[in-house]
Amino acid sequence: MNSVTLITQLTEVILAVVAAPLLMGWVNQCRAWLQNRRGPGVLQPYRQIRKLFHKDAVIAANASPLFRLVPYVQFAAMCLAAAIIPSLWTGLPFAVAADTIALVGLFATARVFLALAAMDIGTAFGSMGARREMLVGFLAEPALLMVFFTASLISHSTSLPTIVETLAQGRLAIYPSLAFAGVAFLMVLLAENARIPVDNPATHLELTMIHEATVLEYSARHLALIEWSVALKLFNYTCIGLALFFPWGLAADTHSLQDLLLAMPITGVKLLVAGFGLALIESLNTKMRIFRAPEFLTTAFLLAVLGLLVHLLLGS
Amino acid sequence: MTGHPTDLISVTALACGWLAIGLLGFIRPRSTGWVAHGLFPLGAVLGIAVTALALVALVQPAETLILPLGLPDLHFQLRLDALSAVFLLLIGATAAGISIFSAGYFRSGEGAAPGLLCLQYHLFLASMVVVVIADDAYLFMVAWETMALSSYFLVTTQHRLPEIRRAGFIYLLIAHLGAIGLLLCFGVMQGGNWQFTFEAMRAAQLTPVWASAAFFLALLGFGAKAGLVPLHVWLPEAHPAAPSPVSALMSGVMLEIAVYGVLRITFDLLHMQLWWWGLVTLGLGLFTSLFGVVFAAVQTDMKRLLAYSSIENIGIIFLGVGLTVIFHAFHMPLLAALALAATLYHCLNHAFSKSLLFLSTGSVLHATRERSLGKLGGLIHRMPWVAWLALVGTLAIAGLPPLNGFVSEWLLLQAFLFTPDLPHSYINMLLPMGAAALALVAALAAYVMVKFYGVIFLGQPRESSLSEAQDCGRLERIGLLWLAAGCVLLGIFPVPLLALLNGVSRELLGASLGSQLQHWWLLAPIAPERASYSPVVFMLSTVVLVAVVVLGVRLFYHGRVRKASPWGCGFPLLTPRMQDTAEGFGQPIRQIFEPLFRMRRELPSPFDTSPHYRVQVEDHFWYTLYMPIAGWVRRISSLASEVQQGRISVYLLYSFLTLVALLAFAL
Repeated sequence: MNSVTLITQLTEVILAVVAAPLLMGWVNQCRAWLQNRRGPGVLQPYRQIRKLFHKDAVIAANASPLFRLVPYVQFAAMCLAAAIIPSLWTGLPFAVAADTIALVGLFATARVFLALAAMDIGTAFGSMGARREMLVGFLAEPALLMVFFTASLISHSTSLPTIVETLAQGRLAIYPSLAFAGVAFLMVLLAENARIPVDNPATHLELTMIHEATVLEYSARHLALIEWSVALKLFNYTCIGLALFFPWGLAADTHSLQDLLLAMPITGVKLLVAGFGLALIESLNTKMRIFRAPEFLTTAFLLAVLGLLVHLLLGS
Repeated sequence: MTGHPTDLISVTALACGWLAIGLLGFIRPRSTGWVAHGLFPLGAVLGIAVTALALVALVQPAETLILPLGLPDLHFQLRLDALSAVFLLLIGATAAGISIFSAGYFRSGEGAAPGLLCLQYHLFLASMVVVVIADDAYLFMVAWETMALSSYFLVTTQHRLPEIRRAGFIYLLIAHLGAIGLLLCFGVMQGGNWQFTFEAMRAAQLTPVWASAAFFLALLGFGAKAGLVPLHVWLPEAHPAAPSPVSALMSGVMLEIAVYGVLRITFDLLHMQLWWWGLVTLGLGLFTSLFGVVFAAVQTDMKRLLAYSSIENIGIIFLGVGLTVIFHAFHMPLLAALALAATLYHCLNHAFSKSLLFLSTGSVLHATRERSLGKLGGLIHRMPWVAWLALVGTLAIAGLPPLNGFVSEWLLLQAFLFTPDLPHSYINMLLPMGAAALALVAALAAYVMVKFYGVIFLGQPRESSLSEAQDCGRLERIGLLWLAAGCVLLGIFPVPLLALLNGVSRELLGASLGSQLQHWWLLAPIAPERASYSPVVFMLSTVVLVAVVVLGVRLFYHGRVRKASPWGCGFPLLTPRMQDTAEGFGQPIRQIFEPLFRMRRELPSPFDTSPHYRVQVEDHFWYTLYMPIAGWVRRISSLASEVQQGRISVYLLYSFLTLVALLAFAL
């Protein structure tokens, strides 16, 4: 690993961390436009995070150190995930240390810590949120893994950059198995990022909330880190989706500045389109009842498995 | 075989040492101080010695030894090869932690006399060592039965309670069912020449039919000990009944010894492996793991929850065994070696993390006298040592990176990714479904573990008596630390250990991952471009990132904190009872997997003055399998009681008739 690749790696992570709230702001702004509202502007998440950092943290008297540790773990986990996911370059040195299975494990670790923190205070909402978060997780995680498996079987590798390189060579050839996997992935993305129809990020209605219930006790800098990592998680998932299903236009060579300059606008445009699509999905759907979330996710899991089967049947 | 079998002699001596410690307990059988503070730490030292010897033996050629004991024409034969050494490592390392914990755990006035307990405990340890080094069927069965009996007496330590006697009885019954299977298995494997040494069995040429019979008898015998569904029913009964260190030994070590047996018979003693054995084993393993994890999610007793979680892990291990058989039968040595490495690694993982969790439930039990999850909570404040060390075990069992559980899961999933290369179109379609099920089980395990940890250690204490709970003592802390360190080390440095495990796959499968493990920091079992995982880099970058974020926030902003009471949802009367209970946490699982459970619900009517809500989740197998069998046994035995009249004249008549019949036969 030479210094150039190291710098590329760091740049990629820093860009992801910086750009993540922007994507979140864009999705919210699109949603506002689609609903005939003016919206707060795409920079609103930054303002929100800055405001929260400046406040004094209020912590429940019976919180354990685990509770205070979790926002940092959460944020670090999402940064680490950003280091594995090729959003601009495919030549990521850190991807050697963690492949797609480890990436799924990383998301699971973040989720488990969040659920534990939610149970730490011991209020009714916290533990309810933890239970629901884990419920969504245990169905979404295998579905995500199966999506990765399908892609891995095509490219004979579980390393995400290698998968992306292989798929990008295919030049617009559509793998039927990936079509199933793509739908499954979209469903997982919606569920894991607490979007409509599984969860509504804009509500604190006790009967329906999932993710918001887990972070109810957080305030100030802890909440800022959590919100930031939520934005980063959405960014990561979107980048995974783009990398698996629209892998064209990423820079393969880390040394070529030209490739990079080309990759940046391409990724930017792809993210903008994806963000608009997400807002569209959220505006066209209504939130499901919580009891229907398992059905939704089981469908995602079965679709992902179906994608795997299609790959094995057709060999493509 | 080269030179003098020094390692084997030392191992035998150490087993005898454990036996001697057990007997020493009888010098002052009623003195807790002598037994707990004198003998148990000594046992732990022997455990460390066994570990060290096993590490040496892993890289050395097999050694054999014939003891001048045993039957007249069958002296006890011992053999120490790489497979035995791996399991010796498992026994030694786990026992060291558990023994040092027990030194602080066993207190006076609980159940059997300490001296007796000490004997049973060390006899149990010694018998497990003998099981893995036995090289003839006779010694194997003697050690196996000693193991079963000593653990039976350990389970029934508090035999005055009827439910504990019942648990012990079920355990003994299923253990003996398994033993019958093993006896028959050895009977089949001697192949008609009545030689009961393993040497002779290796040489025996069985037909595929008899080999299959032997394999499935072994699966029955060892499956009963390991807790494969439907022979799992003893586990959730016996584990809560036994004292916690004993549960830890049984779950963390004894179950894995059964896996040793399966590996020994399948890959060493039988000369052929048929692919469909692997398929059956894999299917059984998958079902067992799913069954175990789903039942664990709905348990309300912390030790029962862990017992079901053990069933799940045993399922995963058998799944690995099944994959190994399939790859081996199709002559894919590298992949078979990968699956075997995953299997053995999961055995080691389970030994460390499950013992750690069982021991921490022991500490919780001592501190609170409560086993029911509905009455615990908030113990992280009162028992920080136990809570933080149990967190390591929790994350490890949940299979989260960078701890050890993830390594074996990762290896297994990698092995699954190669199943489409199998030269059999039907199975290579079927097997990736197994990967899907494994992924589901792993995700459910995280759910179970969040429930386990969250309900016991986090939140507010559900009973006022919990505020008097004391953290565990120094010796117990050392034991927990030892096991937690094992979990972390196995998680972060898998490559050196996998390199040691290569000896086993070379011995059993004739292939190893050897050339693939070049970098100590990078796990790339097949080829780096196919898949790689580096727990060290992963762990380090996580730690560095967390530190950077903490420092960054402190540097650019501030660290001011105000304490306040938690948000009361605008409701003034919040009590700790309003947290999610264990039942509540398991409710979604109960709903989704309803067909797997036999549920009885008592719902209150609106007119009840004292409403009760009760839900009881039971195992279908009890009612559809075990109860009918018990009914038949009772019917048959009542027929037999017709013959027994209890009058001496009738018995004399029986003797006379028998004599007449024999005479008629002889003439």
